[in-house]
Amino acid sequence: MLTKHEKELIAKIWDKMIPVASDIGAECLLRMMTTFPGTKTYFAHLDIRPGSPHLRSHGKKIVLAIAECSKDISSMMVTLAPLQTLHAYKLRIDPCNFKLLCHCILVTLAAHMGDEFDPVAHAAMDKYLSAFAAVLAEKYR
Amino acid sequence: MIPILTRTLAKSSRANMVEWTDEERAAISDIFSKLDYDEVGQKCLSRCLIVYPWTQRYFGAFGNLYNAEAIMNNPLIAKHGTTVLRGLERALNNMDDIKNTYAELSVLHSEKLHVDPDNFKLLSDCLTIVIAAKMGTTFTPEYQASFQKFLSVVVSALGKQYH
Repeated sequence: MLTKHEKELIAKIWDKMIPVASDIGAECLLRMMTTFPGTKTYFAHLDIRPGSPHLRSHGKKIVLAIAECSKDISSMMVTLAPLQTLHAYKLRIDPCNFKLLCHCILVTLAAHMGDEFDPVAHAAMDKYLSAFAAVLAEKYR
Repeated sequence: MIPILTRTLAKSSRANMVEWTDEERAAISDIFSKLDYDEVGQKCLSRCLIVYPWTQRYFGAFGNLYNAEAIMNNPLIAKHGTTVLRGLERALNNMDDIKNTYAELSVLHSEKLHVDPDNFKLLSDCLTIVIAAKMGTTFTPEYQASFQKFLSVVVSALGKQYH
């Protein structure tokens, strides 16, 4: 359940991340794969060394998708329909991993925003990312 | 027979011990050396109560938790945050036997405080994020991995005496 203020806060934060999407996205993925090595199994086809172009381009895709969706959170089900299909039928990433990436996104945001990532922003962002992950997993079964 | 039995017993007790690399020990010590327990304790616990409001159920006697501002300014919460950090310091100082170091604390949380052990993970996630906010990008992915490994051992030890 997101308030109007929380939705605005979320949109504002992600808007700031768009110009640095590759950096932020790569860092989120790197944090996830370093902290939770099991997640590396989904990236066997990519070069996932720090700074690699694969990591940056893949990270950028993820950040831009999250940022795009944040501009109109109420329409999440519609905006994410193609990604739902992709994850359910092609990628088939176990949804428990979405939580791990969401956590690493929060850590990355905190590391870059410092005190600005206060408890209210954290709560709003956690709710948004949880909802995003839940919608992404909807077509799995 | 006996040498096999001894080997098996030795192997199983080694299997229970957590192995730390030198890098992990160094990372965890370095992180703790940068923490003001009063500041981080207060931030971590208040953040947990705000981000995961159901955790407030354990703090009925702590006064005003009505909204985020009240929680962040609550002196009892701040004091308890310091207590939590001091507890973590005990784990830091006994990294090779966190399970036994925390045996009494685990009993306390289970039998007296009746805390659902799933909540320990929520608090540990908030602590990770508070530290990331404080250390910025010097909280590298390697530091994060080491620290989260430490916290997962702590969380597991705290849940050990629940029956």
